[in-house]
Amino acid sequence: MNRRKERIDRGVKARSADIFALTSYREMLYLMIPGAIPVVGLLCFAPMLSSYWREVIISTAIYALLAMSWDMLMCAGLLSLGQSLFFGIGSYLAGSLNYYGGLPPVLTLPIATIGGGLLCTVLLLPVLRLRGIYFAMVTLVVPLMLARLVEATRILGGTEGLTGLTPFPNQLTALFIIQLALLATLFGFRRIMGSDYGLVIKGISDNDRSVMSAGLNIYWYKAQVLFLGASVGCFAGAFGTHMDMFAGMPGFALDYSIMPVAAAVVGGTGTFAGPLIGAFILVPMSEMLRALGALRMVFYGLFLVIFVVGMPEGIFAFIQRKYQQMERWVDVS
Amino acid sequence: MLLGTLIYGFVNSAILALLAMGFNLTFGISGVANFAYGAVYIFSGFSVWILLNTLGIPYLVAVLIAILLAALMGLAIYYGVILRIKGMPLSEVMATFGLGLAIMELFRYFNFVGFRYTLPVFFDGSFSIGDVYIDYQRMIIGLIAVGLTLCLYLFANHTRTGLAFRAIAQDERTALTFGIDADLVGALSMALGCALAAIAAVVILPLGTIAVEGGYEVLINALAVCIVGGLGSTVGILVASVLIGYSQTFTANYLEPHWMMLVSLIAIAIVLVVKPSGLFSHQKELEERI
Repeated sequence: MNRRKERIDRGVKARSADIFALTSYREMLYLMIPGAIPVVGLLCFAPMLSSYWREVIISTAIYALLAMSWDMLMCAGLLSLGQSLFFGIGSYLAGSLNYYGGLPPVLTLPIATIGGGLLCTVLLLPVLRLRGIYFAMVTLVVPLMLARLVEATRILGGTEGLTGLTPFPNQLTALFIIQLALLATLFGFRRIMGSDYGLVIKGISDNDRSVMSAGLNIYWYKAQVLFLGASVGCFAGAFGTHMDMFAGMPGFALDYSIMPVAAAVVGGTGTFAGPLIGAFILVPMSEMLRALGALRMVFYGLFLVIFVVGMPEGIFAFIQRKYQQMERWVDVS
Repeated sequence: MLLGTLIYGFVNSAILALLAMGFNLTFGISGVANFAYGAVYIFSGFSVWILLNTLGIPYLVAVLIAILLAALMGLAIYYGVILRIKGMPLSEVMATFGLGLAIMELFRYFNFVGFRYTLPVFFDGSFSIGDVYIDYQRMIIGLIAVGLTLCLYLFANHTRTGLAFRAIAQDERTALTFGIDADLVGALSMALGCALAAIAAVVILPLGTIAVEGGYEVLINALAVCIVGGLGSTVGILVASVLIGYSQTFTANYLEPHWMMLVSLIAIAIVLVVKPSGLFSHQKELEERI
């Protein structure tokens, strides 16, 4: 073993990090192609699929939104094991607005997104004062307890749920709505994390006390991040509700909690593109493995463990490295 | 009515304390939040059932084997998974959570669902205190909870291993300079925590059926008690289980059984607002709170 792997940035990567990027098509393309892949893939190719696979893309996109919302919270060091809280709140909010108030999806989607985000933020505000695993514990407990609350008090339809909600006019409309939301979230979150604001948020997860001693109120920042993440999760819930024409206790189920975490970890945390890739690997795969039934959850669990232990950087970092760097073996004897 | 509520409240508190003890022990010593705790719990339940009904091993032996298996599982989880990501609490949580999920859903896949999955009670029958009837199993739960608490107290204060455990919990670096192997202590604490989960399973499961959902419920109950009591504090766990246990029983008897589930949620909410790091977590308050 007298060799080691050396990684060097490609010339085009080094050049396009600078102002030169604007002077050559080659470099502009190099910078733009990775961003163009999801846009072209989703907006142009997804509508060409069969009706069944469009349905799969829609449910994949719902999970991808939840995974990106999870990733946003993770950027501030908040590990959420209860993405179903956001999904459930968004779904019940949109569902009840539509069921009791008769509002169309055009109104319920934005109201559930913003209102649900605020509601979840207020609900979890007390936990933000603690660090580490407390947030994980509370987010795991709360959605399951809320499901019990619905069951016990029989509010909002109880165990039956709210049925017969307004669906989207047609499948293509739904597809475009969720895809635009997905792309907006992906690029929006990446933009936020690339800015100075994102630097503060990363600082909170790396060393919260030093951020505090810089005179920044970390609770305020954490609450903002929570609002961003929760809003995206609630949008996914509201969208899913109108898609299924149903809002009920399954919204708080563990599937919506574990799947986003698995997707984000498999794809690579902190990048937002990673959770997207992870969701687009795991959800269609689980669709193909439908025959296995409960074994699918076992696979998600194992994927989670294997990637957390064996490949914590995730698939996206691997792809990124291949795209940006040359690798070669060098002799070090 | 009141006497009955008091007695059954005590049993309920004992159940909660038994459930939370193992989780709390592992976290208190090695700082590992074992989210596979519920999975270990139902794993022990099912392994006793299999040993008893499929292999026909005597009850007592089956119980001992199951507890041993749970401890071995704890060791395996520690050396196989946790040791590789030690020091990254969030990764530990995700890995153990995924592992627990995989184990529990595996039982569901192999069709371990139904009313036939029950464990026999230790002694059949019941007796009465005043005009309240209580079966022997519930009394045994109370006795074992009290006994285990005493044993753990003695273990932590009067044995070398127990003192080593406490040393690691208090200050890992100083403990290292005294020649205490932090990895070994971590593994042992994990094994002990899982064994406690197995004991809880063996004692509590005869009251109902063994169900996969029970695993999630156990994890949630353990987490609720730990959040209210303060992670890593044994006194906190006892106080929190008495608080939650009695308020659950009172709610069930005087209001409506449906509301019982909400008690722990409300308790968590109140504690997080009033004293975020839990009722009795003096030692780690500064680290957990920011």
